[in-house]
Amino acid sequence: MKKYECNVCGWVYDPAVGDPDNGIEPGTAFEDLPDDWVCPVCGVGKDDFSPVED
Amino acid sequence: MGKKITDKITWVGKIDWELKHFHGDELSTHHGSSYNAYLLRDKKNVLIDTVWSPYDHEFVAHLKQEIDLNDIDYIVMNHNENDHSGALPALMAEIPGTPIICTKKGEMILRGLYHQDWNYVNVKTGDTLNVGDNTLHFVECPMCHWPDTMVTYADQEQVLFSNDVFGQHYATESLYDDTECRSDIMREAQKYYANILNLYNNMVKKKVDEIVGMNLPLKLVAPSHGVIWRKYIADIIKCYQQWDSDYRENQVTIIYDTMWQATRHMAEAIACGLQEQDPGVRVVLMNAVKDDKNDILLEVFRSKAILVGSPTVNLGITYAIAGILELIHGMRFKHKSAAAFGSFGWGGGGEKRIQQLLEQAGFSIIAEPLKVKWAPDSEAEQQCRDWGKSIVASLEA
Repeated sequence: MKKYECNVCGWVYDPAVGDPDNGIEPGTAFEDLPDDWVCPVCGVGKDDFSPVED
Repeated sequence: MGKKITDKITWVGKIDWELKHFHGDELSTHHGSSYNAYLLRDKKNVLIDTVWSPYDHEFVAHLKQEIDLNDIDYIVMNHNENDHSGALPALMAEIPGTPIICTKKGEMILRGLYHQDWNYVNVKTGDTLNVGDNTLHFVECPMCHWPDTMVTYADQEQVLFSNDVFGQHYATESLYDDTECRSDIMREAQKYYANILNLYNNMVKKKVDEIVGMNLPLKLVAPSHGVIWRKYIADIIKCYQQWDSDYRENQVTIIYDTMWQATRHMAEAIACGLQEQDPGVRVVLMNAVKDDKNDILLEVFRSKAILVGSPTVNLGITYAIAGILELIHGMRFKHKSAAAFGSFGWGGGGEKRIQQLLEQAGFSIIAEPLKVKWAPDSEAEQQCRDWGKSIVASLEA
């Protein structure tokens, strides 16, 4: 599963970690995040994230 | 007028003694503020940041007394919010082609605010610019406190232009930390952190650690608001390292509003109970209407627990309590406890609403809401004291 980086603030979504503070279980792929999920740091939506190249 | 701070650097900002509210009315600034801009005169001349737009022409006129504007080779914009970029339109009208050095996000913000096709030069962490004896080093600090924020280090002068990081809303003619009342500036620095940076704790922590890890020799840390740190550089960095790690002291803050004094009586009896149970705990009472909202946020920042009370009004809570809870929600406090209380006449329900908002703001609820019907009698007052005692006891557990 790919990591995704927020284009605005640089926070990285790591699917292995999820976003437990906001109800996202570890192991959740970025693609499976709900549409209303937002960056926990700066608050932008999924459209403002880009895949992190390995 | 300009003030020389090193051989090559002159402060060219604006001291705003009159400022009492900022960011619209979102932030109180009891000690005024300053918009610090700096002019580095090396083989190349560099202006670092500008001032807020009400002072744009004043700024440009003063700058002309320091330097022929055409001799400015670069403008470094560490952060492009209106209070730092506001004088750019007036300045760029005179020197339109001058390169503006900023992050990519900075360019986006400048274009969004002023709709001008200026000569933007994007930099990122690790980029440098040699201007003669000094090389400028740029470090991006996104969300400290806007996406575009960066800091700039002038290596020969050993000055870190830290922009809003380490800033305080504090007007000073002398510019320096060691001429001012230390407790005043530290309080303003902490209030700034509690009201502006706390919600981006993770990013602040990462960036402060990164800057500390660079082991830069620092003669001055020159933020964009308030005093320049000269004597207390290590102190303010140490404070940030405490503040960015879910800060709390042995303090409980009671925030309340009252219509006919019943909720105030409850708040005072609760305070008594807290103190009786733990004489070491600092108890602070804040009336959400009479006390300044940003001072209240500072007390929340310092607290390990907050108790929030409102009378039930129109089946809900007062506007002041709703407003303060919205501000608290926005600051994303972590590892703090809370409980709700309030008086009511018939239906009640305000205390449940408060508890719901506290939960949404990320607080751990440590007690069932306490409610008292009509004005508290001696039995109800005892109930309030007992509730206060039980809260301290569960905090100690």
